[in-house]
Amino acid sequence: MRRSTTPAHGAAPVHLGMPSFPRAAAEAVHDRTLRANLRHATHTIREKRAGAVAELDDWDRLREAGKRIKDHTLRHLDRYLEQLEEAVTGAGGAVHWAEDAAEANRIVTALVKQTGEREVVKVKSMATQEIGLNEALRAEGIAAYETDLAELIVQLGDDRPSHILVPAIHRNRGEIRDIFADRMGRWGRPAPEGLGDDPRELAEAARLHLREKFLRARVAVSGANFMVAETGTLVVVESEGNGRMCLTLPETLISVVGIEKTVPTWRDLEVFLQTLPRSSTAERMNPYTSMWTGTAAARARDGDGPRTFHLVLLDNGRTGVLADDVGRQALRCIRCSACLNVCPVYERAGGHAYGSVYPGPIGAILSPQLRGIGSDIDASLPYASSLCGACFEVCPVAIDIPEVLVHLRERVADRGGAGRRLEKAAVKAAGWLLDHPGALAAVERTASRTRALLPNRPPGAGAWTAERELPELPPEPFRDWWRKNRT
Amino acid sequence: MRVALFVTCVNDAVYPATGIATVELLERLGVTVDFPAGQTCCGQPAFNTGYRRETLPLVRRTLHAFQGYTHVVTPSGSCAAMVRRHYPELAGAAGAELATRTYELTEFLVDVLGVVDVGACFPHRVTYHPSCHGARLLGLGDRAHRLLTAVKGLELVELPGADECCGFGGTFAVKNPQVSTAMGRDKTASALATGAQVLCGADNSCLMHLGGLLRRQDAPLRTLHIAEILNSTEEKPRP
Repeated sequence: MRRSTTPAHGAAPVHLGMPSFPRAAAEAVHDRTLRANLRHATHTIREKRAGAVAELDDWDRLREAGKRIKDHTLRHLDRYLEQLEEAVTGAGGAVHWAEDAAEANRIVTALVKQTGEREVVKVKSMATQEIGLNEALRAEGIAAYETDLAELIVQLGDDRPSHILVPAIHRNRGEIRDIFADRMGRWGRPAPEGLGDDPRELAEAARLHLREKFLRARVAVSGANFMVAETGTLVVVESEGNGRMCLTLPETLISVVGIEKTVPTWRDLEVFLQTLPRSSTAERMNPYTSMWTGTAAARARDGDGPRTFHLVLLDNGRTGVLADDVGRQALRCIRCSACLNVCPVYERAGGHAYGSVYPGPIGAILSPQLRGIGSDIDASLPYASSLCGACFEVCPVAIDIPEVLVHLRERVADRGGAGRRLEKAAVKAAGWLLDHPGALAAVERTASRTRALLPNRPPGAGAWTAERELPELPPEPFRDWWRKNRT
Repeated sequence: MRVALFVTCVNDAVYPATGIATVELLERLGVTVDFPAGQTCCGQPAFNTGYRRETLPLVRRTLHAFQGYTHVVTPSGSCAAMVRRHYPELAGAAGAELATRTYELTEFLVDVLGVVDVGACFPHRVTYHPSCHGARLLGLGDRAHRLLTAVKGLELVELPGADECCGFGGTFAVKNPQVSTAMGRDKTASALATGAQVLCGADNSCLMHLGGLLRRQDAPLRTLHIAEILNSTEEKPRP
């Protein structure tokens, strides 16, 4: 693989031209339905996760082990990727290397066309959303059907996912009922007459709709949660079983996986298969864990499973992230979404405001690194946090998200630009004042006397006072009290 | 025992009453307090906004101001966390050394002085918001609760969702004002629902945000720094 020098070509087409985070979030904050849906869902998962984690007395050690395995793998990623390629090839699979989204899409499109098929079924996959694969396939006349229940809701609703694990978290069951009733017919089997909003009824409608797709499909596209370098085994962890349908029924399987998903050995899985389900769905063990090694299953006697397997290894900015010694810890992420579920900003702003398939705290450090900080949205994401640290606390691979956020803020501040000039001037002026206590005391006294924070309104005052009072200033600063009373 | 008070820039300019209460409280407990006049700001606002270079002169100034003191006490969990968490990286060995000598007020009272009952009296219904940096970066735990519970006449009521951020977040409060105030209003709603008369905290910047929201709503709840509650006595009560 050629080394990617500019980490900026990973933008998924659906998110181009997004407004900055504060603008997008400001709208979401006032959407009462969205706020209620998110609050209910995140608080429910948050509490369950805390319970599932508290059950293990060695959670801290598992967390540390996960962090170390990932750090070790990332440090020697070149070696493990070559080992993985050799193992996958040896097991009858074909490995393709994609430097960016466009290359990955070209590879997958060509592979589907080779089969002569015009449709594929999909296992929920963040990587294929990151590269905008569905759109790329559609442009070539190939229909991609999402089969994860929540992804199906998003696809039928002509919507965007707003959560890593629960892409339709912003929808309540009434909204889902309406989407199913209105849209299923356009994509395949229509929803049953008189569909209600009972979860069981909704699941049954999805099941009938999807079953038709599974039985017809000859090509499937997936991602993977892990790739084991020593054996070339890929792993998908899921709850519904729809992923397993896709992974076992079609004749051709194409998996698009970010290079950072590699782990060296089977033994390493032991750690993540404990921390991932507890962190994501608060389960001790997820219902379906599918593992496949090339086309070995199909070649076994009475074998089942895909006869052709392609693995597309996706860089799309990742080697650029690896080069940053603070930022690279973001590549440890196992996409559990625990950080989203505890984030007070995500809870109010919703996933769409992050302008990326990776929302929430992890998205705020991943997107600006994968795509660069050239756009309004990417330059605003590092500031989309109060740095409260709840994300770091729950991260099962100990990504210090606040540390990376501040690091990326430095990158944005260094880059400067029109919007930053005033801020930089203010920081410099404040810095000078704070480095001259005599002058500072004089300003404090003037401010106290005039009972205004500063003679002129400081930058940002309007943003403060729209909904909050400014504090009343004291008659004198502390340092004057001290001088009069203690010296 | 002689300590240096690190009053913080926000307390110096906006909340001197907190600084004064800290001095009087420590003196009442037999501690001699110095106020090194060279101190200003720990540099956290610049640092957290991405201006590392502009932070460094303030770090050097802070290191210089507190040279020679075995204990530096500050009535701010956030500023204490800045020193403890980031000074080692920003100022090497000297930063790491100051980090070991810097204490947040409740930490100093409970861990160093070993007192929980400071002899205070404050006959009001109080709820406590543990600010994120104190809770998560310093691990202050239940120190404030233990101190408040020992205050004569004080009725401490639990704040639901106490561990959730209030939405201040430094420049976050003005860079993302809508999300910041949405978080703050949820926090003030929880505090109001407790029926408390006072919303107490150990970081005045968070209280400035919450207090600003409460005053805009004309809510029957005021904010007060824990130092001012602990400095309230039967002889000299804080209203």
